[in-house]
Amino acid sequence: MPDTGKAAAFTTVPPISLRRRVTNYVMTGASVGAVIVVMLPLFAIFAYLILKGIGSINLAFLTQIPKPVGESGGGMANAIVGSAFILALASILGVPIGVGAGIYVAEYGRNRFGDVIRFTADVLNGVPSIVIGIVAYSLVVLYQKHFSALAGGVALAIMMIPTITRTTEDMLLLVPQALREAAYGLGVPRWRTTLSIVLRTATSGVITGIMLAFARVAGETAPLLFTAFGNQFWNLHANQPTAALPLQIFNYAISPYDEWHQQAWAGALVLIILIVSAVSAVRYAVRRGTFGAA
Amino acid sequence: MNLHKRLACRRMANSAPLRPEMLSPQPVENNQTTGPAAVASPIPDSAGSGEFADSIFKFLMLLCGLSVLGTLGLIVYELVLRSGASWHAFGFKFFVGHDWDPVSDQFGALPFIYGTLVSSFLALVIAVPLSIGVAVFTTEMCPRKLRGPLSFFVELLAAIPSVVYGLWAIFVLVPILSNYVEPFLGKTLGWSGFFDGPPYGISMLAAGIILAIMIIPIISSITREVLAVVPQHQREAALALGATRWEMIRVGVLRNARAGIMGGIILGLGRALGETMAVTMVIGNRPDIAKSLFAPGYTMASVLANEFSEATGDLYLSSLIEIGLALFLVTIVVNALARVLVWTVTGSQPTRANA
Repeated sequence: MPDTGKAAAFTTVPPISLRRRVTNYVMTGASVGAVIVVMLPLFAIFAYLILKGIGSINLAFLTQIPKPVGESGGGMANAIVGSAFILALASILGVPIGVGAGIYVAEYGRNRFGDVIRFTADVLNGVPSIVIGIVAYSLVVLYQKHFSALAGGVALAIMMIPTITRTTEDMLLLVPQALREAAYGLGVPRWRTTLSIVLRTATSGVITGIMLAFARVAGETAPLLFTAFGNQFWNLHANQPTAALPLQIFNYAISPYDEWHQQAWAGALVLIILIVSAVSAVRYAVRRGTFGAA
Repeated sequence: MNLHKRLACRRMANSAPLRPEMLSPQPVENNQTTGPAAVASPIPDSAGSGEFADSIFKFLMLLCGLSVLGTLGLIVYELVLRSGASWHAFGFKFFVGHDWDPVSDQFGALPFIYGTLVSSFLALVIAVPLSIGVAVFTTEMCPRKLRGPLSFFVELLAAIPSVVYGLWAIFVLVPILSNYVEPFLGKTLGWSGFFDGPPYGISMLAAGIILAIMIIPIISSITREVLAVVPQHQREAALALGATRWEMIRVGVLRNARAGIMGGIILGLGRALGETMAVTMVIGNRPDIAKSLFAPGYTMASVLANEFSEATGDLYLSSLIEIGLALFLVTIVVNALARVLVWTVTGSQPTRANA
């Protein structure tokens, strides 16, 4: 109780009452307690992932396709490749549109119409992923009459676009106006200024935004359930059902077989490692290429 | 422009001249040429072609921007169009009926609406005090050295895919609940009726807890941003008046930031309402309305995940899509409300909101 000593010295200041002091300690303790309670599941999740996952990862897991129930062994190679395939489709569709929309909003959209696009992107960002799955289903699957990797790619692309748009806009707005003016002063046309000066200056930030969107959709399961659907075999045709790592984890986790549970843990570990390494590889490459603004 | 952006701009402006290649005319040597005129003479005399290229570029970018609008329009259009059959068959009764019987084509969405609301509410009850505690600790109490790693770890929670949360919940959380937590709650609070029945673990309670773990990073990171923009002199004024640290936090910080905190909470709610995989894996998937939190339930998102690809019959599919439409509308309203609240405080969209 250091306060009482001080209070005695300055007689005009009344001592802080016991009730207030106790409240102070209790609430401080409560905040620290909250941090501990939040940290526990985080550590638990990572600990279980690593402990249970590492035990089940082996060469077969990374190179073989699933075996039928009852046979031991097998792996998720087709799901890993399938995920990469669907994500590549999603990026091809989503990244140009997202970056383009970001450029429009940042460079031409400082008006009411730009606000509308900005708000729409925010709304799209909050749409539940399962609803996006329904839309991709009715847009692609119903026309193709069967599930396909393309439908999964469309669903994930729709989820990537708003994030990329907003981060691209934020990053382009950080580029000082003087740079644009310098380019105009040299006679560089506006489109060229945007692409070669503004976008290039903001490259590392824009790519960070893209990776953020990528990491977000890479683990998505819900929109793939009735678009990419899953597949027990190899498939690299855009118009055929394709296995995906999150789908495979889900199916194995809710199955009654112990062996599949093991594989689900291994799959989860591989998924997280792949996401983290993809993101950090690109960020590292960008940082070496240009300066690390983000 | 808000403070963050202004500061960032200044930082950018300071560091920009360090890159000589940006200021030199080098970019003109890039392989994308404007046309012969721009390269040949230092002063482009063919203003026409430049304007033409400019307008094409602007048009292309506009198309990208429009496709964002178009996507939202398409979502609304598809959902409304394809839920029409169900709307014609049941009308508003769809949302108050509690029979879900695909065999006899009877569909009522009430059990799913109930499950979504209860699991999300439960998640908020658990997550809000914890998130605010974490945010207060990181901004007001934490030693400076610990601040970075702590926020990093909390944000790491946001990066884990929901199917991994579900996997962990099935094999770790649910056994803990059924062996320790639920028997204890049943013994001590069973009289209330909320903690009644056999402790199977797979339950509404499990769904609420895993949702809480998933939305804590969202609420706490937004709360942290909002607390960070509370002016320092508010804190100093409270301390100068003789407040203890907690009183300073309560009067000077939390009270000033309450609109933004509310926004963060509602944004967390929006995430909880639409969350699918982790909930589907632990909630039990039974379309019943039970008072006890130990009983299995079903949510709007889960029923879509489980039944959509197997739905036979147009009315069945249409009913599922109507549930999707309802979920869509609710989350849009919730998210719009949250953004308005956060905007009023920080002046911009929280950057990590959906990360």
